[in-house]
Amino acid sequence: MGLINRPETDVVSYDPKGGDGWVTTRLDFLVNWGRANSLWPMPFGTACCAIEFMASAASQFDLARFGMERMSFSPRQADVLICAGRVPFKLAPVIRRIWQQMLQPKWCISMGACASTGGMFDNYAVVQGIDTIIPVDVYVPGCPPRPEGLIYGIMMLQEKVKRERAADTSLRNEMDPDPTSQLYIPPSAINELSEPFGNSIHQQRSGL
Amino acid sequence: MATIKRTVEVELSTTGMDAQGRPVRTPLAVAEDGSTVAVAAPPSMEPELEGEHMLINLGPQHPATHGVLRLVLELDGETVVRCIPHIGYLHCGFEKIGEYRQYNQIVPWTDREDYLNSIGNNVSFILGAERLFGIDCTPRATVLRVIAMELSRIASHLVWLGTTCIDIGAFTPFLWAFQERENIYALLERWVGARLTTSATRVGGMAADVPAGWTEQLQTFITLFPKTIDEVERMLTKNGIWVGRTIGLGAMTAEEALNYGLSGPMLRASGVAYDVRKDFPYLDYETYDFDVPVGSNGDVYDRYLVRVEELRQSTRILEQALRRLPDGPVNVDDHRVILPPKSKATSEMESMIHHFKQVMEGPRPPIGESYVATESPKGEKGYYMVSDGTAKPVRWRIRPPSYVNLSAIPKMVEGHLLSDVIAINASIDIVMGEIDR
Amino acid sequence: MSTPFTPVVGGSALPSDAPAPATERNVPHRGGPANPSAEALRAKFGAAVLRVDVVWGETTVIIERTRVQEIVRWLHDDPSQRYEYLSDLTGVEFRDAEQPIEVVWHLRSIAFRRFLRLKVQLQRGQPLEVPSVWPVYKGADWLERECYDMFGIRFAGHPDLRRILMWEQYKEGFPLRKDFPLRGRFSRAEQLRQALAANPEARYSMEELSIADAFEDLPQEMRNRLRSGEKTGE
Repeated sequence: MGLINRPETDVVSYDPKGGDGWVTTRLDFLVNWGRANSLWPMPFGTACCAIEFMASAASQFDLARFGMERMSFSPRQADVLICAGRVPFKLAPVIRRIWQQMLQPKWCISMGACASTGGMFDNYAVVQGIDTIIPVDVYVPGCPPRPEGLIYGIMMLQEKVKRERAADTSLRNEMDPDPTSQLYIPPSAINELSEPFGNSIHQQRSGL
Repeated sequence: MATIKRTVEVELSTTGMDAQGRPVRTPLAVAEDGSTVAVAAPPSMEPELEGEHMLINLGPQHPATHGVLRLVLELDGETVVRCIPHIGYLHCGFEKIGEYRQYNQIVPWTDREDYLNSIGNNVSFILGAERLFGIDCTPRATVLRVIAMELSRIASHLVWLGTTCIDIGAFTPFLWAFQERENIYALLERWVGARLTTSATRVGGMAADVPAGWTEQLQTFITLFPKTIDEVERMLTKNGIWVGRTIGLGAMTAEEALNYGLSGPMLRASGVAYDVRKDFPYLDYETYDFDVPVGSNGDVYDRYLVRVEELRQSTRILEQALRRLPDGPVNVDDHRVILPPKSKATSEMESMIHHFKQVMEGPRPPIGESYVATESPKGEKGYYMVSDGTAKPVRWRIRPPSYVNLSAIPKMVEGHLLSDVIAINASIDIVMGEIDR
Repeated sequence: MSTPFTPVVGGSALPSDAPAPATERNVPHRGGPANPSAEALRAKFGAAVLRVDVVWGETTVIIERTRVQEIVRWLHDDPSQRYEYLSDLTGVEFRDAEQPIEVVWHLRSIAFRRFLRLKVQLQRGQPLEVPSVWPVYKGADWLERECYDMFGIRFAGHPDLRRILMWEQYKEGFPLRKDFPLRGRFSRAEQLRQALAANPEARYSMEELSIADAFEDLPQEMRNRLRSGEKTGE
């Protein structure tokens, strides 16, 4: 909580010195309220996090309270892509294509350590964080995160949605991958993000 | 084609063994005259109408494929002519990483591979590792591991039940199943600290002993769980929709099932009474009184009956295990593998050296190899480990039951309708984490 | 329509006074009683059986590469052996470069309650090729494909030997070989670039389309893309 600088309000509010009129801020508030409380998830569940996601959707933790019980497995009807689980390289073009098939406005929650950074799978097969493939809004750490953790991440996303302004057109920019390499961030950035850290650096000897 | 009327009466014998101490198998599906029925596949639809075949892609992102499975189906109308499965969308290099980790460090990896059966996988792996070390665990650890495996079996079958019901269209049992799973999560969390990815075992024992009051909570679970099974059975077993959607689908004969290497409820539903717990026992399973349900037709309905009955049998084993849980240490007193208590490690030289060797190098087994097979909820699960005397295995092979079970899907799905493909896929009870590793 | 049904029971071929199976304890590291099938193999195949080991209670029989299919078929068909179940099939490469690459078969006889491990040792420098046991066990299909994918061992006689876990045009090599680094040979950006180069829309390989005469019915642009050799999502 202390590491993140949160703005003072978490909804769009009327600021007489700013450029927004009263009507635009009320409209923003209404639109954002509607969007935040009915985020239809696109569960891109691959592994263990998907089971905790299902547990979040089940009776004990109940995502329906957040308007998210309607899991849309068709990306065309989804708002938020929840990538729950590890993404190997073979699955990378699939998640890229699913993200591109989702319509704006769309957000992405990267659930779990593997989706956020590759997790414990620092090897030849796993993408070291889906943010190298698609833009991510909220990262939920955990292996797997408890349903409460996922719900905290969802609530964080809701706050982010409520702070949006319609006048800010850059929010709805579609990511623009390089046509030859299909990467949307420079390769050096990908290599930097994927560098091993922590124990991974030491645990790369096979044998003694 | 004549329709086949079929009454399903479930009869179980109360004793698990015959006079020679061999396990008695009990067939599940019995017709009115007492014989068991083999049901033929559903009739093919309108063979006179010819048309071109469609190629349909199911997955890898699909709500009903139980993970990232991709099936390419060649369809003649709605009937599947051929099915080509594609896997590998969750391949994460487990076996490669296992060569870079000490044996105790591999335990968290076994959680993630069959993630519905995490603590069961922990136990399976550690049985293989302990065989490689030549260690037999303590009596208390033996019983605790049986409790872990059976809880895990129940948890895995509950997910299978929930997701299969959703795939076939019944949403409510999913919620019931996951509510029961929350009870199991509560137990596991009290014991080892994690709900799903437990990492509960270590070479020579367990990560932690059960806390005070845990056995009472387990007893409550054992008492209340059969009511949920009854509720599910009341809703599904004689339900016309459920039976109509599952009977006769994806049948495999016993010879086919054996030849394809199927195991677990898939094999038993086809009439082969092979359960690793009975035939190649481990953890003193031969001393527990339980039955192994065996089906006769090998179709989706039989697999459902077998798994639901296994839920009951697992509860029975849990009860016996709880009653016989002995006191005593949970870890073996072997300084090669078990860390000494901190008080000794900081005061005695010898303990300090043992601590140092284990933490820096890791326990080293002698040169050799071992394969210990266990009965996971999906089938025969085994870990084949080859050691060259170092702390990290030369080869860590996971024998994935779902992998071999899934390879039979082209055979099972031929001639069925598209919606049956979903039901058959659900009945195999696959976990992509285990298949792709 | 009811057919009489008898379940296949484990241990059914054992005599009625055979001891009931029990948990193994205090298993010796080496030595101990060998699986009787090892003796039977020696008697039947003589020189093709190179060595018999008993390690941790499990019998390993090292056999000659060329006679694998014959031996496995005999173990499957012979009424005194009845190894009707192939449990696992994998490869092992040791860290020591002198040691051969091994291909391991785990066979089970459910009727006799026996477990047998067969091994073939492929010396370095020899081509990595082994006869397939798919004609005997259909379950070997995917197991052999995975062994090929991870080690590069070819199985002669397999109907469809192609990669299964990695995508078919995977360029980095065979992951479980010891000379393959843990994080792969290419940089992460390069790995991602190669993975993303696959177009999920050109999603059927030529092989799959050949099973249905559907190639002519594909839209023109998809046909063009496939003809020009565009990589599929494999």
